[in-house]
Amino acid sequence: MSKKNNSDSRSSSKSFLQNDGVKSLLSSLISILAGLAVGLVIMIVLACISPDIKASHVLKGLRFLVAGPFTGTHAGTNFGDMVFYATPLILCGLSVAIAFKTGLFNIGAPGQFLMGTLVSLSIALNINNSDKPVAGFFVWLIAVLLGMVAGALWGCIPGFFKAVFGVNEVIVCIMTNWIAANIASWVFSTQKHLHAKGKGGYLIKTGETGNMTPDLGFSKLFKGSYVDLGIIIAIIAAVVIYVILNKTTFGYELKACGYNKDASKYAGMNEKRNIILSMAIAGALAGLGGTLYYLNPGIEFNFNAAYMKLPDYGFNGIPAALLASSNPIGTIFSALFIRYLAQGGDHLVSAGYNRYVADIIIALIIYFAGFANLFRGILSKKKSAKEGK
Amino acid sequence: MVLIIQKTLMYAVPLLIVALAGVFAERSGIINLALEGEMIFGAFCGAIVGIAFAKHNILIEKPQAIFVILMIVAAAGGAIYSLMLSFSAINLKADQTIGGTALNMLAPAIVNTVGLAFFNQEKLVMPSNFKSYAIKNPDPNANPIVQIFTDKAYISTYIVIIVFVILAIWMYKTKTGLRLRSCGEHPQAAASVGISVFKMRYLGTTISGALAGLGGYVYIATTAGATAEGSVQGMGFLALAIMIFGNWNPIWIALGALLFGFLKCVGAVSGQIEFLKAANLPIYFYNIIPYFVVLIVLAFTAGKSGCPKAEGIPYDKGQR
Repeated sequence: MSKKNNSDSRSSSKSFLQNDGVKSLLSSLISILAGLAVGLVIMIVLACISPDIKASHVLKGLRFLVAGPFTGTHAGTNFGDMVFYATPLILCGLSVAIAFKTGLFNIGAPGQFLMGTLVSLSIALNINNSDKPVAGFFVWLIAVLLGMVAGALWGCIPGFFKAVFGVNEVIVCIMTNWIAANIASWVFSTQKHLHAKGKGGYLIKTGETGNMTPDLGFSKLFKGSYVDLGIIIAIIAAVVIYVILNKTTFGYELKACGYNKDASKYAGMNEKRNIILSMAIAGALAGLGGTLYYLNPGIEFNFNAAYMKLPDYGFNGIPAALLASSNPIGTIFSALFIRYLAQGGDHLVSAGYNRYVADIIIALIIYFAGFANLFRGILSKKKSAKEGK
Repeated sequence: MVLIIQKTLMYAVPLLIVALAGVFAERSGIINLALEGEMIFGAFCGAIVGIAFAKHNILIEKPQAIFVILMIVAAAGGAIYSLMLSFSAINLKADQTIGGTALNMLAPAIVNTVGLAFFNQEKLVMPSNFKSYAIKNPDPNANPIVQIFTDKAYISTYIVIIVFVILAIWMYKTKTGLRLRSCGEHPQAAASVGISVFKMRYLGTTISGALAGLGGYVYIATTAGATAEGSVQGMGFLALAIMIFGNWNPIWIALGALLFGFLKCVGAVSGQIEFLKAANLPIYFYNIIPYFVVLIVLAFTAGKSGCPKAEGIPYDKGQR
């Protein structure tokens, strides 16, 4: 973590507050508090204007938000669901984070997410193992691996354009997103035998073919929730990315490319290869996110809508990464935190508000997270003022 | 033919003005990733005022006047909303990617919250007579080309084109425009000759926000069936892509937007072209064409980037 910020890592002081990791954690906490405070103001304003919301609802709403999944009677289910929905968010966040570290903005996560979904679902739904759990596990494993490969290849496209033609990766990512969305709709619309009966536009679920993600008994622990092995894989992925970035020469080269492309080239690094590889890893992570989300036995894919709207998970990886200042381990917590607030938001209806109030607060927290440098500056100044005395 | 021109314009016009919005911010040195959010917010402001007008029967017999007023309202909404980005990026030197992402998340959240709290729905559908913005041609038997530009054109098309031309000339041919651009290339040099980088960047992002808001309203009024919701179907990001495609240059952006709009509507008219009809390709194929063509064109035309050198870097006086 201490390598994360090169700006003041040379500081000789070993003080607790001077530690970069502590500083980014503190500044994240400050942005969370600031976001919640402004959110509270908005809730009070809404209560004043709207005739449906009583004054007493403000405190109730705030309590729901702070309690997150622990609001209401089904705390176990809600907590499990929070963890499940955080899984693709962690992976898309990691995807954005590793690209950021290499100086690239991976806004193509939605497309990579969809390509992973397309390949893994095509495998998992076309082979029927509903009464053979062992075979089902192996088909699942192959589906996961090939889903990652599909995401990686899709991520290579913007990387290739950037490295070879010098094209801005943002535009290629946006174009490939929509191409992926249309391909996904196209392929699945022709696979008529995979369409769920009586439900227009949806595919059958992996629960019906037996090639689903094992739930490891989580569904008993968190009764009725979707949570499965996916979260463990996501955490392992985060640790692997952390190790790659901080403990290997390859990771060092990636970061060097991010800090200064020309200097790293001068130092003998192959910056073109690094750009393509970084985008491939980013694509694999986002592809894994789509794969693990839709291989859950209970989640269904709407192929009719896929080409009209890009999946939110891909875009929401950006705030998850930003809130964690692109730290892989931090991304786990930021994704869980975002889902924590969103789960609380789902209960806001019973307090007179709607769930989008939680979205406002999440957006505000991200907005304040942008001030991290300012907060860090204030923390450093306090320290140096003390030293001055 | 008539249909192609009409559809191309309908699609290209919002793209054109929002891409120009991106240019104004980036030429002044601020990456405006929040185009999407500003479009949503501007469109939403326009829709709310429009609904209020209809409710109180204000100007109800003059739909063209309402349309123009709502465009102005939307532009004002987008401009005010963009101040949040300016404040964080210029005053607090915050990361512009984070600010833009936050604004993109905030706009749909606000729209949905307000929509549900005060209208009991997430979508704000404007009164149906708001859709008939087309300029009336007194002569019903005019030839089809004339009809494209009268009966089948929206007044917004002309306004957007005029605004686009004026602002593009303004940015390249006036003193203030030059100053604005200099802040995106080398703000320290600009400051050394007495230009206020702070003011110029505020000017750039505010114009950008206004244009994005206006584009957002034009989009929902013409393309999206007079419905404001928490999404503009990725048009803001697409405009960002068109801006990069046009190399941050208004002329190329105009051509890029028209090309994209044209390719986008090939699918819509494929049923009327014999050999395309015979091929019987699915809609997805036609949807992919514009994105694919852009990638091909980029691969061949990439090279010298017109990207402003100082974009995304907070202005630091100490680096002079």
